[in-house]
Amino acid sequence: MPRYRDLTHTARPSDAPRVVDPKNPVRTSDPGALQMLKMLEGKNIETVFDRVVAQQPQCTFGYKGVCCRICIAGPCRVKKEDGPGSRGICGASAYTIVSRNLVRLIAGGAASHSEHARHVLHTAHALVEGHAPDYEIKSTAKLHKLAQRLGISTLDREDKEILKDVVELGYADFGRYQDRPLAFLDSFMTQGRRNKFQHTNVMPKAIDGTVTELIAQTAMGVDNDPVNIIFGGIKTALADLAGEYVGTTLSDVLFGIPEPIVSEANLGVIDPKMVNIAVHGHNPVLSEMVVAAARKMKAEAQKVGAEGINVVGICCTGNELLMREGVYLATSSASQEMAIMTGALDAMVVDIQCIYPSVQTAAECFHTKIITTEGIMKTPGAQHLAFKPETAMEDAQKLVTIAIEAYKQRDPNKISIPNERHKLVAGFSIEALTDIFSKVCPERPISVLTDAILSGQIKGVALMAGCNNLKRSQDESHIAILKELVKNDVFVIATGCSAGAFAKFGLMSPLAVEAYAGEGLKSFLKMLENANPQLTTGLPLVFHVGSCVDNSRASDLAVAMADELGVDIPKVPFVASAPEAMHEKAVAIGTWCVTLGLPTHVGSLPPVEGSDLVYGITTQIAHDVFGGNFIFEVDPLIGAQKLLNALEYRTWKLNIHKKTAEKNETPIAQGW
Amino acid sequence: MSMEQIYEEAIKDPNNQPKKLLRKAYDGTVIAMTYAEILLNRAIKDYGEAQTIGYPDTAYYLPVITCLSGEKVTKLGELVPILNRLRNQVRTELTFENARLWGESVLYAAEVIETIHYLRGDEPKVKPWTGFLGDPVVRKHGIKMVDWTIPGVAVVLGRAKDSKAAKKIIDNLMGKGFMIFLCDEVIEQLLEENVKIGEDYIAFPLGNFTQVIHAVNYAFRAGLAFGGIPAGERENHRDYQRRRVRAFVLHLGELDDVKVAAEMGAIFMGFPVLTDQTLGEDMQIPDWYISEPDYEKLVPLALEVRGIKLTNIELPIPVNFGPAFEGETIRKGDTYVEFGGGRTTAFELVQMVGPDNIEDGRVTVIGPDIDTVPEGSKLPLGIKVDIYGRKMQADFEGVFERRIHYFANYGEGVWHVAQRDLCWVRISKDARAKGFLMKHFGELLIAKLKEEFPAIIDRVEVTIMLDQAAVDEGIVLARERYKARDDRMRSLTDESVEDFYSCLLCQSFAPNHVCIVTPERVGLCGAVSWLDAKASHEIAPNGPNQPIPKGLAIDDLKGMWQSCNDYLYKASNNTLEEVNLYTLMDRPMTSCGCFEAIMAIVPEANGLMITTREHSGMTPCGMTFSTLAGTCGGGMQTPGFMGIGRSYILSKKFIPADGGIARIIWMPKELKEFIREDFVQRSLDEGIGADFIDKIADESIGTTAEEILPFLEENGHPCFGLDPLM
Repeated sequence: MPRYRDLTHTARPSDAPRVVDPKNPVRTSDPGALQMLKMLEGKNIETVFDRVVAQQPQCTFGYKGVCCRICIAGPCRVKKEDGPGSRGICGASAYTIVSRNLVRLIAGGAASHSEHARHVLHTAHALVEGHAPDYEIKSTAKLHKLAQRLGISTLDREDKEILKDVVELGYADFGRYQDRPLAFLDSFMTQGRRNKFQHTNVMPKAIDGTVTELIAQTAMGVDNDPVNIIFGGIKTALADLAGEYVGTTLSDVLFGIPEPIVSEANLGVIDPKMVNIAVHGHNPVLSEMVVAAARKMKAEAQKVGAEGINVVGICCTGNELLMREGVYLATSSASQEMAIMTGALDAMVVDIQCIYPSVQTAAECFHTKIITTEGIMKTPGAQHLAFKPETAMEDAQKLVTIAIEAYKQRDPNKISIPNERHKLVAGFSIEALTDIFSKVCPERPISVLTDAILSGQIKGVALMAGCNNLKRSQDESHIAILKELVKNDVFVIATGCSAGAFAKFGLMSPLAVEAYAGEGLKSFLKMLENANPQLTTGLPLVFHVGSCVDNSRASDLAVAMADELGVDIPKVPFVASAPEAMHEKAVAIGTWCVTLGLPTHVGSLPPVEGSDLVYGITTQIAHDVFGGNFIFEVDPLIGAQKLLNALEYRTWKLNIHKKTAEKNETPIAQGW
Repeated sequence: MSMEQIYEEAIKDPNNQPKKLLRKAYDGTVIAMTYAEILLNRAIKDYGEAQTIGYPDTAYYLPVITCLSGEKVTKLGELVPILNRLRNQVRTELTFENARLWGESVLYAAEVIETIHYLRGDEPKVKPWTGFLGDPVVRKHGIKMVDWTIPGVAVVLGRAKDSKAAKKIIDNLMGKGFMIFLCDEVIEQLLEENVKIGEDYIAFPLGNFTQVIHAVNYAFRAGLAFGGIPAGERENHRDYQRRRVRAFVLHLGELDDVKVAAEMGAIFMGFPVLTDQTLGEDMQIPDWYISEPDYEKLVPLALEVRGIKLTNIELPIPVNFGPAFEGETIRKGDTYVEFGGGRTTAFELVQMVGPDNIEDGRVTVIGPDIDTVPEGSKLPLGIKVDIYGRKMQADFEGVFERRIHYFANYGEGVWHVAQRDLCWVRISKDARAKGFLMKHFGELLIAKLKEEFPAIIDRVEVTIMLDQAAVDEGIVLARERYKARDDRMRSLTDESVEDFYSCLLCQSFAPNHVCIVTPERVGLCGAVSWLDAKASHEIAPNGPNQPIPKGLAIDDLKGMWQSCNDYLYKASNNTLEEVNLYTLMDRPMTSCGCFEAIMAIVPEANGLMITTREHSGMTPCGMTFSTLAGTCGGGMQTPGFMGIGRSYILSKKFIPADGGIARIIWMPKELKEFIREDFVQRSLDEGIGADFIDKIADESIGTTAEEILPFLEENGHPCFGLDPLM
């Protein structure tokens, strides 16, 4: 059954081409990146866009998920509908192969987010143990709130004692063997979700164990029941969410809860007069220190003739620093090479995830130094500086020094910086949003949002998240969908490279409200602004809630709205979209979004089409069981229509349930 | 024809199966089976294998399983081997034959899933959603299912192309009197359109997804409760479903794997599936899985495929009409105009007239009709129905007069209670808005009386009086007729008549059950009195009500007649030989399943208790109504237990061989109040005092023998002085 208000929409995707214009190497719509490409014309420098073209046409077996490479008897492909050719050598049929491949992506995603979380956790642990002198508990408020959520006593205790317990519980969540729910998941959910996860046996007990188990489950000759495999995947996706919660909450404790902050974005923020250091990847543990070190080392920079040090962010490290420190966002995932090609980037310090191996190749054409910092992330030819929390500031200063040294090697002839830069307002943690709402209704802040939805002033909430995927032009889908949503009065929050896209395009600015928001959304934002005269920044068209681990903040908002409405998440007019999903992490996030009970649009097809069963579960049956479902649609405008329709559908149903409950004088129906 | 034979025609060439549909069904089966397994094993982990499980208010355990394989599941752990057996039944080859078995497996899976939902208290249902329907609901509608007032059962799931289209389909089905089960968003669509759905309207909004299994749970219990088919006789139950339960499935909106798989379960039971989706040949099975995108054609095609022929006439009234609206209540706030009920003078009268004093088909409204009065008016009302028929008898006046109640209530927005000069009528604002007038009230009476009693009624004329003077005049005449009729009724006793009547109406559902209706013993459904049966015999001389010439009694006290025994033997398909009409303890009358109340002995008190369909609580015999009903339905003689019509309690022939009403030691409060006035009179007649009813215990005293015994003793209940029951 389709879950749209308008029944002309179905669970099937449109006929739009899966790779738009496959031979065109101009695969970005980002004005900064476009300028950069223009400047590079004739210079014979290879970029990601060239490689996309070179990869076409891509393997359709892999694309549909029916290529099995789990054992080395293969690779096996599903070639026929019936007979021996319809199965792998071991007899695995399409639904087994597709589901196994799919959930292994989730395992990869969960491993990634939890790796990020583990790093933050180790840092917090080192702090508690007194081995991380450069870190502090920046937000006592967050620590106390977190501890209370986790059931850890805060009364008459030192902050470090409290943090110690939080960290211990975090470690336990990584390695628990007893059948007890993950604290960093369970504590943040609605009662309804908690029950649902328990009853359907998808509540993980440990992050690491769940990922390992899934790999074991999907090894050759183990699970071949697609439903059981998918439930294993769902459990792992929830472990991913737990990892995100660890990452977000402890980062807030160590580096502060984001608050509204003004900054700028796109390649134009790279300043030719400064030593420019890009921090790229995902983790704030190191990059926060780089920012602090840079502030301290202005004099050293001046000694080599620069005006100072300009730290800029790329990808989610950029988002982390933008949210807390107002650091400029140079660019997002697919255009990361472009930052180097400005010729004015002196160093790119990377941590983990979404870092193209090609950055080193690109850097070789310039003076830029690439420095890897994590034991699990190295690049041949790049410098490696093993970063340790114990010596964080010292390490950070070494990194800055490398940049300053590199500055001296700059070739002025190679400098070509696009003049594209846009003002923006970011920093909207859920705490910050709640604070804004509370100026309208101090007793029930979230009711400000839910009442606006019930009254029809706004249509609902959408989380826009995820990566870049160059099957279409970079950022095109992010931008197109955002514009459709806000035009139709949807309150949009954004994370990751989706947020990056909006920032780069100037859509994360109060100025964009007038140009793009529908009347309802405009009046809603105006009302919030009027109630918050202290917010001199104004409110943006779309609210940046953080990096991709900070999708946990979106989960928080959905939970808060559900609690406010007295229903479970599947009834909340809240949708999610990853218009340009690429990373395994996106598969994990999308899966937990669906499991939380959200209609979740993905604008690039994951490899599921090789099995009708898997496609049917993800797009239809998931809704019957969990209350959320995937919407696979590559055409951004159709995708936006489906998202809007999914919101209308929810509000329609919610209103009928509310009315029916009033009429019959019963509690509201719990079904969805 | 065996069950498997009915599918033979569907697939002409076994090498050319509708693979696309079958693959979808297979995939859905895989999903359902594993999902059930995941939930089950998690539940076992949380609760242990010994955990008690079951649905509320049923004596049939998990009806799908009880019915098909006979396992009376009460413990969680028992589900494991059952589910495994059904998992094993799932074979991968894509054939229609295999698909029906997948369907059966999915019925089990859904039953397991729903059972666990109930165990965990997941998503408790609020009105109008029903979830599992208890036995009392099944029994309540039994009589209407057997007399084809409910001509069929429609299971509607998914979501229609729009809410208006959903309403149109359901209005159509309700107008035809269908029992309707709803699942998924068609429910919200109907709520949006203010279509009346819920238990009161025989249109059950079950819930979502696997909750459609509760339609199956309902249907299967018909075979157990009425059909007397033993648990586990899979083929007989399927055959019963196919023959007796005229059901079909309408799947609206986009298909999904699990729904298609579950629909194979419906086909396994003999019910065809129709969908509004446009499907190719490889997605259809002729006669069984059918695509019909045209909403206008969907219901007629469903009726045709299922072989349901309707005899109902179209009524010339502006509101919907059918048994769906019988349970509709019109609250004060929804009332446009009301009549009687002690607020104004009102009466209703059916009288036999000669051929010259009647103009057939005429409705006369005396006084201004309701379109000229303001909302909230209270008006006087006289309903006079004149009937002429060559076979009409004065005795039938009361029978037809009682029909006014049913016919009126079948109208949407028309509410009628009580009778004679106590009658009370409300017309809703909604009905008025649609143009309903009291003239239509008259027209519907004429149409329905002629439709249902064509053999007796030749001419009908109705006069509706809305004018005080006319009502005042009419009521005097009416009261004279009531008195004359009461005198006649008093003279109508078991002794005074020559014939008893049989009632085999329920044999369409309970093939061995035989009711014998006497002037002093109403049928156990409460709906067929001796006069009803007599009138019915006039209408259909070969119908379900046959005269049994009484002849000489073998046993006057227990009420055994040779003629009754002879009739019983044949009519029960040679399964029962003798019956006593006046005792509970020795070869008592059988029960079909749709009884209003059940009585059962309480040996500790040397008496008997009575409980009703409406009372869901525990009783002193240690069983609820549902459990009790499960022990004595299906056309079996069960000494010590018997289903009865409530008014039989007031009869002079209430088990005289066992000591009559003095035996009654417990009744629910509600029943006491329902019969109080007449029961007090009966107690006085019996010489056991006007306060006897207060010596009878009820649920406020206790629900076990131990709890009520002291009360009975303290109040000097006569039961202790009676002969030992056993």
